[in-house]
Amino acid sequence: MTLAIDVHELTRRFGSFTAVDAITFHVDEGEVFGFLGANGAGKTTAIKMLIGLLAPTSGRASVAGFDVLTQADQVRRRIGYMSQRFSLYEDLTVRENITLYGGIYGLSDAGIRERGGSLIRELQLENAADERVSALPLGWKQKLAFSVAMLHRPAVVFLDEPTGGVDPITRRQFWEMIYAAASRGTTVFVTTHYLDEAEYCDRVSIMVDGRIAAMGTPDDLKRDNHVATLDELFVRLARPDAGAVAATGAGPAARPAPERR
Amino acid sequence: MAHRSSPLSAFMAKELRHILRDRQTLTILLLLPLAMVVLFGFALRTDVNHIRTVFVDPSPDHATVALRARFLGNGRFDLVDISATTAEVEPIFRRGLADVAVVFEPGFADHLARGTPARVLVITDASDPNTGSRMQAYARAVIASYQAERGPGREGVRIVTQTRMRFNPSLESANLFVPGLIALVLTLVTALMTSISLSREKERGTLEILLVSPLRPWQIIVGKVLPYLGLAFANVVTALLAAWLIFAVPFRGSITLLLITSTLYAMVGLALGVFIAARTSSQRAAMLGAMAGTMLPTTLLSGMIFPIASLPGWLQPVTIVIPARWFIVIARGIMLKGVGLHYLWQPIAVLVVMLAVLMLVAIRSFKPRLA
Amino acid sequence: MRALRFLIRKEFLQIFRDRTIVTMLFVMPLAQMLILANAATFEVKSSRLYVVDRDHTPMSRGVVQRLEASGRFVLAASSQSLSVADEAMLDRDVNAILVIPHGFERDIVRERSAPVQLVLDAEDGAAAAVTQAYASQILAAYSTELGAEVSPAFAVASARLEPPPRRGSGMIEVRQRGWYNAELEYTDFMVPGILVVLVTMVGTLLTAMNIVREKESGTLDQLNVTPVTRSTFIAAKLIPLWSLALLDLAIGLLLAWIVFQVPMRGSLVIVFFAAGVYLVAALGIGLWVSTVAETQQQAMFVNFAIMLIYILMSGIFTPVSGMPRWAQWIADASPITHFVRLMREVLLKGAGLADVAGEIGILAVTGALVLTLAVRQYRKRSA
Repeated sequence: MTLAIDVHELTRRFGSFTAVDAITFHVDEGEVFGFLGANGAGKTTAIKMLIGLLAPTSGRASVAGFDVLTQADQVRRRIGYMSQRFSLYEDLTVRENITLYGGIYGLSDAGIRERGGSLIRELQLENAADERVSALPLGWKQKLAFSVAMLHRPAVVFLDEPTGGVDPITRRQFWEMIYAAASRGTTVFVTTHYLDEAEYCDRVSIMVDGRIAAMGTPDDLKRDNHVATLDELFVRLARPDAGAVAATGAGPAARPAPERR
Repeated sequence: MAHRSSPLSAFMAKELRHILRDRQTLTILLLLPLAMVVLFGFALRTDVNHIRTVFVDPSPDHATVALRARFLGNGRFDLVDISATTAEVEPIFRRGLADVAVVFEPGFADHLARGTPARVLVITDASDPNTGSRMQAYARAVIASYQAERGPGREGVRIVTQTRMRFNPSLESANLFVPGLIALVLTLVTALMTSISLSREKERGTLEILLVSPLRPWQIIVGKVLPYLGLAFANVVTALLAAWLIFAVPFRGSITLLLITSTLYAMVGLALGVFIAARTSSQRAAMLGAMAGTMLPTTLLSGMIFPIASLPGWLQPVTIVIPARWFIVIARGIMLKGVGLHYLWQPIAVLVVMLAVLMLVAIRSFKPRLA
Repeated sequence: MRALRFLIRKEFLQIFRDRTIVTMLFVMPLAQMLILANAATFEVKSSRLYVVDRDHTPMSRGVVQRLEASGRFVLAASSQSLSVADEAMLDRDVNAILVIPHGFERDIVRERSAPVQLVLDAEDGAAAAVTQAYASQILAAYSTELGAEVSPAFAVASARLEPPPRRGSGMIEVRQRGWYNAELEYTDFMVPGILVVLVTMVGTLLTAMNIVREKESGTLDQLNVTPVTRSTFIAAKLIPLWSLALLDLAIGLLLAWIVFQVPMRGSLVIVFFAAGVYLVAALGIGLWVSTVAETQQQAMFVNFAIMLIYILMSGIFTPVSGMPRWAQWIADASPITHFVRLMREVLLKGAGLADVAGEIGILAVTGALVLTLAVRQYRKRSA
């Protein structure tokens, strides 16, 4: 059985700054894998390497059985991606976005109609199907973006901070969609800085300063580290000098500052 | 880390760091304008030289030979061909191989001697009316001077014209263009860059974050815009150095005044950029606005290349609102004419007024958000 | 290939929903035709003349009168003071000063030669040179007239009551003709060049705007993750922008025909074909810069600078033949120079396909080169 994601000593340096420092891990097919860490820990850099947007400085990785560096095209056909900024075309309608991505990923016209139709029904977007995406509330946009990423039934779907700035109910719905996808055999690789979401994952890894500081199932991690919540573990890892003081107000951090391009 | 300094200076320090860190952009913003000044300074010439001339001389005699020599000795005319018939003229012109054809009638010198009119036909490729009319003027001047010297025999009279070319004896095109080019690059770096950068921040929403900070709107604008002022000043200095060293443009007036007025103009450019960013709703619209509102008018309507006096009557008043037009008057005045405040107070005052108005409107546009 | 179809559809949808772009598509041709066509002229209309006449004789007045009558000089002021005249020139009130020294007429009659001084504001050196040429021509004609007047032959002739040997006696009669533009209509000449400027600008702006939007909204990343190939991506960007630029060319041509009655002597098919080839090169360069640049600022700046360089170096406003050799190479290397030449030759001179084949060939080669570069350099993955 091929690993959905297989990463070995993956490293990325920007000048003298090492964003991702020789990380090694694997993800099995059908797993929901949580890639956790604070802002700036290197999560986005790592995910960009896995989906082929950034070249590694050293190390290797394979997704869906294909090497990300040498077989990038094969990888692209088999993955889905949803980024922090949702990446749907705001000035196109729901239907038009679906048609576009369906067509790009090679679905036939009939296939687009069929899957697009069921997508719209599942999300209950029938009334909004011909509205521009910009008119949708944030939560709907995110759910739509996820569904569009799944349109071509990828083997692995990468979600980069998918639930930022959204109310808890929508977050719950979102995670139900993730479970549904996983149960159909899709591997879900999700990065987040919401530690409570980590509990929903099959396995998690916690990145601190470019390295993987901890990895395992949520229960195993909590037991082995004698903490009640993953949040406590995270604080301990992120601030070794903070001791075992319980973290208060483990709410989500403020919206990350926009990167200057 | 607690800062003792005021919020404004901390903000400005951060902005400066941003710009300095982006080495590549910085290099481009410093070198490209300089390259443009040098390139255009050499390349833009409105003078007409190397006029490719075809002579049609069916019966060469001493007069036609003398006239031909006159043409070629003038320095502006280059010989392409001497032919005996007019048959080749059309194809040569159509293929763009000659600019002027001078056609002598047969028996030219005989006519002159006998006192009947000796005809010569000057054909110019007038598809470019600018150069066409100039070539004609030069050709006629050559013929006229030959005529005047020969005159009707010994009784010829000569009015000797001593011409003095004031401000630019060498008639260098660069002297005309370089001040305008400085205006152009300043516009590019200030108005264009600030309008785009600010509108990007506006679109992203990062500007709003600043607006709810302790910083006042004018402080935000100043902080954002000041690094570009520094950049613009660097551009002015390098451009002036290029003008002096490479093009030998004279600097007859006060350099201090020139630097001060250049800074003033840069500030107007910055204010214009802020204004455009404030009034447009997207980065794309800002781009279009910057193009249409700054670059095009500066290039076409400021007198940089095309003399304002040549513009049609209805278009001339429009140029009054173009800042570059006034700065060019100032720059040319200082560099070529060597005049000072006495003659230049008017254009300077106009620039100051523009600066005030633009800044007022721009800052006003950012205020409502706090309300 | 199917992906291409979908991507192109998306581009068109986005474009026509964008107010800014639609406005630009229709306003640009209008603005260019109206303003640019009228602004782009070097014609030296007339010089404002300050006369310092220290002779006060019929002949000295004749000089001034001849200059005025030519239409090239307008008498703005006169006085006896050269310094006042100079002030006027510094103040930009006049751009030419004529000084006729005391004893002008006497010298003409006795010595057959007399000097006058002409001071020209040579800020615009080329214009001053032309003014000088006009002045010397006018004065030479006058001196020939004077020569006939004061010659003994004239005196003899008038004694015999014969018609004085005026014009035609040993005089060179110059006739002139301007080809391809008989009335020297500026607009005829400028408009083809302006049309080129129009499509270049529209194309560059469209390209810059387009890429900026994709990069900033994150959709570019999204596209880079899909299996869409580089060439498909570039083609999907190029084709819609290309067709829109051609559309604007058509609008511009229509305006040119309606408003300015610009001659369309050659085949419009050739014009559009050549425009199509040219746009591939022009847009390709814009695309290449936009995708390769690290920041939006860089892309914008470089694109605008390139556009300026194209336009100013293309021979639209100042002749390429006037540039130094090395600058001419640069001009020749840019596709716009060739396209302008082609437009003028086809529209004004009625050149046929055979005449412009060379230009089209150069455009095609440039286009192919640029496209290859753009595709090659487009990196889905940052290094």
